[in-house]
Amino acid sequence: MITSAILARLDLRGRLFLAAILLALILVPVMNLVVPAGSPLHVPTWLVSLLGKYLCYAILALALDLVWGYCGILSLGHGAFFALGGYAMGMYLMRQIGTRGVYGHPVLPDFMVFLNWKELPWFWYGFDMFPFALLMVFLAPGILAFIFGWFAFRSRVTGVYLSIITQALTYALMLAFFRNDMGFGGNNGLTDFKDIVGFPVQAQGTRVALFALTLVALAGCYILARTIVTSKAGKVLVAIRDAESRTRFLGFRVERYKLFVFTLSAMMAGLAGALYVPQVGIINPSEFAPGNSIEVVIWVAVGGRGTLVGAAIGAVLVNFAKTTFTTGALAPYWLFALGALFVLTTLYMPKGVIGTYAEWREKRRERSTLAAHAASKPAE
Amino acid sequence: MNLPVTSFLLYLDGVSVAFDGFRAINSLALTILPGEMRAIIGPNGAGKTTMMDIITGKTRPDTGDVLFNGSVDLTRLDEAAIANLGIGRKFQKPTVFEMHTVEDNLRLALKADRRVFRTLFWTDSESEREKINRILATIRLEHLREASAANLSHGQKQWLEIGMLLAQDPKLLLVDEPVAGMTDAETEATAHLLKEIAKDHSVIVVEHDMAFVRELGVKVTVLHEGSVLAEGPLDTVSADPRVIEVYLGR
Repeated sequence: MITSAILARLDLRGRLFLAAILLALILVPVMNLVVPAGSPLHVPTWLVSLLGKYLCYAILALALDLVWGYCGILSLGHGAFFALGGYAMGMYLMRQIGTRGVYGHPVLPDFMVFLNWKELPWFWYGFDMFPFALLMVFLAPGILAFIFGWFAFRSRVTGVYLSIITQALTYALMLAFFRNDMGFGGNNGLTDFKDIVGFPVQAQGTRVALFALTLVALAGCYILARTIVTSKAGKVLVAIRDAESRTRFLGFRVERYKLFVFTLSAMMAGLAGALYVPQVGIINPSEFAPGNSIEVVIWVAVGGRGTLVGAAIGAVLVNFAKTTFTTGALAPYWLFALGALFVLTTLYMPKGVIGTYAEWREKRRERSTLAAHAASKPAE
Repeated sequence: MNLPVTSFLLYLDGVSVAFDGFRAINSLALTILPGEMRAIIGPNGAGKTTMMDIITGKTRPDTGDVLFNGSVDLTRLDEAAIANLGIGRKFQKPTVFEMHTVEDNLRLALKADRRVFRTLFWTDSESEREKINRILATIRLEHLREASAANLSHGQKQWLEIGMLLAQDPKLLLVDEPVAGMTDAETEATAHLLKEIAKDHSVIVVEHDMAFVRELGVKVTVLHEGSVLAEGPLDTVSADPRVIEVYLGR
């Protein structure tokens, strides 16, 4: 029942995307755990985690595409929601360290002992319990997005102005999290994790499991986003993107639709951050850097805005290029390459990789039908 | 607060609004009866569009009463609330949702629950499809049902927008320059369409095209500098020397 309802919402592109996810879900763990280390088909554990990191970015890009591609809200602060989800997970992981920290304090994380704190701040309560931390992964970015969106959308802040205040939001959070007094580890952030739900975070099995979970989360987020954009509400979102005041004169409460999709998207970004932290082993305030949020926009633009699948593919492609670039002799030029990529995409591929491919296929089909028409007509 | 209760569908009295000192609307009084069709004419800058903005909640008047259905104070409501009360608006420049199909444009406009979670879990229904079919027939776009609205001609877009108004099924339709940029044949068809609609809706039409207004054959209100200059049948109004001076004579 549910499966057929989901499949009905998917186009060919979506089905291929989910098939690729399923394939990776089977192949990568097998190639890591079963294929012996000497074999050329073996996927080393570090690569599994690296791929897992790309997939977290793919979820983040998907979240941004939902608000930007479909509702025209160009958020330049989605990195903030990602980082908040990451911090919620990081706090849980910190509490799991227990007495194994450098100072061996049974309750306080190392940085608090170092700062001479005597007791756990109230906002750290509950983070020793995984379900609570998981709840906060969604609630912390969700509530921030709701409050921010409530004011911004009600006062009808749109376009560039909205983008600028989302940048300010993430910048302000970065400055706040840098302060030691905030109680989130300041400059160094949260790191040195040991266990996650009882499993050692560095172990091969845990890493593969986290990778698999990220894949499942990506598929889940994609299906959710796809269900929304193909519903009547999704059509309202596109209507808002293309003619906001017209939508309002039709009787739709534009601010509520924006608030709904923005909050949901922020929670998706939070989930991405939560999956990211155990796989990279650290979360610090630099995740809030305004540049990070702008990079997400580039991933979505490169992949294809308003296509969902394109956003995820763009995130993986650009980050793969980034890894390749920054580990070689070309490292100092990465930012130039990224900038050039954005400019070239905007100029020559405004619909991104996916959009351009779809256009090319459409043209080819048209040409072949024209050719068929010409062939069926008798020569004059 | 005690509001005057009237039998008019729309009641404007003493309405004024100024932008940076410029009085766009100046103690305007206008009443529309249920079921009435009214044409509004006036030179550029007479305040026609501003008047529509006030009625639909886009602009708040500085002073004056704007009442709908006898007692609903429109000056306290926003665009969405006013639209849901039953006031539909067609813009001067045709604004349809270009990325959606003709059918989806109508579907979005169709009178239904507009709340987020209701539209999220919306499913297609027979009665909805029937309504859409009927409107498509009325606006003569049946053959373009699946076409993207961006590919319509100018006149077709105007009709689609009128169709969207019909789908909203409002009590009052505000129609801003429906025949601007249309061919003569299209203009005639549009006049016919509007007369059809006026049979069971109240309609206010703002128009520059005198031939079109004559075709409609309804009571005319002449606006000038934000207030009513003359009101009555087109022939009476166009014989009024003040109207000739400000508008028709030029």
